[in-house]
Amino acid sequence: MAAVEQDTAVRTGGVTRVFIYGILLIFMLFYLMPLFVMISNSLKPLGEITGGNMMALPSTWTLEPWRQAWSAAQIGVEPTGLKPYFMNSILMVVPAVVISTILGALNGYVLTKWSFRGDKIIFGLLLFSCFIPFQIVLIPMATVLGKLGLAGSIPGLILVHVVYGIGFSTLYFRNYYSSFPTELVRAAMIDGAGFFRIFWRIMLPVSGPIIVVTVIWQFTNIWNDFLFGASFGGQSQPMTVALNNLVQSSTGVKEYNVHFAGAILAALPTLFVYIVAGRFFVRGLMAGSVKG
Amino acid sequence: MGFLDIKNVTKSYGNVEVLHRVDISVEEGEFLVLVGPSGCGKSTLLNMIAGLEGITSGDISIKGRVVNGVHPSKRNIAMVFQSYALYPNMTVGQNMTFGLEMHGVPKAERDAALRDVGKLLQIENLLDRKPGQLSGGQRQRVAMGRALVRNPDVFLFDEPLSNLDAKLRVDMRTEIKKLHEKLKTTIVYVTHDQIEAMTLSTRIAVMYQGYVQQLGTPKEIYDTPANVYVATFMGSPAMNVMPARVAMKDGVPHAQIKDAKGVDQALKFSQPNLAAWEGRDILLGIRPESITDSDGADRNSRNIVPLRNLVGITEPAGADTFVAMSLGGKDIIARMRADANVVSGQDFDFAINMEKAVAFDPKTEERIKP
Repeated sequence: MAAVEQDTAVRTGGVTRVFIYGILLIFMLFYLMPLFVMISNSLKPLGEITGGNMMALPSTWTLEPWRQAWSAAQIGVEPTGLKPYFMNSILMVVPAVVISTILGALNGYVLTKWSFRGDKIIFGLLLFSCFIPFQIVLIPMATVLGKLGLAGSIPGLILVHVVYGIGFSTLYFRNYYSSFPTELVRAAMIDGAGFFRIFWRIMLPVSGPIIVVTVIWQFTNIWNDFLFGASFGGQSQPMTVALNNLVQSSTGVKEYNVHFAGAILAALPTLFVYIVAGRFFVRGLMAGSVKG
Repeated sequence: MGFLDIKNVTKSYGNVEVLHRVDISVEEGEFLVLVGPSGCGKSTLLNMIAGLEGITSGDISIKGRVVNGVHPSKRNIAMVFQSYALYPNMTVGQNMTFGLEMHGVPKAERDAALRDVGKLLQIENLLDRKPGQLSGGQRQRVAMGRALVRNPDVFLFDEPLSNLDAKLRVDMRTEIKKLHEKLKTTIVYVTHDQIEAMTLSTRIAVMYQGYVQQLGTPKEIYDTPANVYVATFMGSPAMNVMPARVAMKDGVPHAQIKDAKGVDQALKFSQPNLAAWEGRDILLGIRPESITDSDGADRNSRNIVPLRNLVGITEPAGADTFVAMSLGGKDIIARMRADANVVSGQDFDFAINMEKAVAFDPKTEERIKP
């Protein structure tokens, strides 16, 4: 980032500044409150919570709830903890995000730079998929997965999420590439680069910002999905389903501290993606290609 | 049979024909400029030569080989785009050798070609920079370098100077001209700037509404425009075109025309065949620089006609002074020496070089040929 400049429309004096920062601070505390409750309670023995001190910091600090949630808690029938489900989620999310992003980029490239008869209609239909509620496709999807022999497996879940993700990723890349100068593609054509070479050498290197957007969007959606995971997960259910099984179990004592730790574990990867990818979010990678 | 032949080429989008039967033959080493206002089809024609747009009918051939339907990269052409179209993620050097790389030229040869062109265009010190770090003029050079490295049969330029500021544009224009004289390459160059067309070209094709209005050397286009459109498009300020009537005096055709006070004046033509138009209306075309004070008149001309007329406004422009007056009911611009003693609102003795005057048929707007 360049040097910080004052770029506001209205000049503000000292008093207004204090007021603005005060409000911002209040809202920040408001938003951070749930996170504080989750973290502090996940570090307490269960007794402290049931004793009524939910808002207080732990008096005895312990990592035991985290260990429990990760590797020992009762999920369904087995006392496996969330670990195997976490791995299921990773094995599902990474290929699904990669495949749907690549396909979206290719679609966007074709729809903007290799336009053909009916391309608008195809794009419209692809967009349509963004608006179909998940519940509608459950039964047809189950049939398809069954026919393909992918029911109850991670590849099956990957397929479901890729199919659902293409609509959005295509939308993102198409809109990004439509402002990409077509003259660059023409120049590359005259230079002798073919379809994939232009994509790989000219388009992809300047697609950083939109790749980041798509990855964040897809990762968050797929990681957080519960319905498809519960419906088609079978023996390889993702993290969200396991968390539900952990928190909603109706037998035994409710171990709130373990639940809090499990919930944070389930949210960590998306948080990680935001923090890592967000840094590349705002860079202007197009500078200098055409007249500036 | 030329080096680059455009034969009977048309282009249609659906039912709309945007280029009508274009016929141009370009010799090796020629600098052809396609000039016209926006939407006249000049860029479409260039893209068709490049292979970026299909040909609806007709043939385009380069070096005797018909290239209709041949992929752009296989036509041995190079193109310089209006926006330069430099690849933003590559360095200048990579930009310039990308085409060679795609054509499978070995690294050593690519580097040698890059060195030569870099030296020629004086951009050797920029080769490791990214396009984003270059100024407009430098980007322009790199874009030309990228074309030159390929050593193509035909260079295509699509309004390459229109993104530069006025001063740089003049410099680059000179540079392109020098480059052409040095390398003797065949160039097709699209512009809407008639000065670029005049200064650079060996031949000009003036295009309008999908037709080639006139194809000729800059001098032919300027002195003997084929029709009123070409006459008024080329030249700045534009050629004065005014209605007049042909009358015979002493057996010589004259243009009869009303001056600012409504009095008929007769301007002697140098074109005897206009006698056939006696008593009929024509459009008279006179370039601003053909209307001067008597001292500034062309000494080589054999037909300087004096005319006393009321001066409208004067516009001193440094090198010249532009003088407006009314003739034939139209506002006419004359181009005087800077120190000509012309006063607004007074009568002045103009001198009109009628040898350079042209006459147009008012119906067809075509020039009446001598």
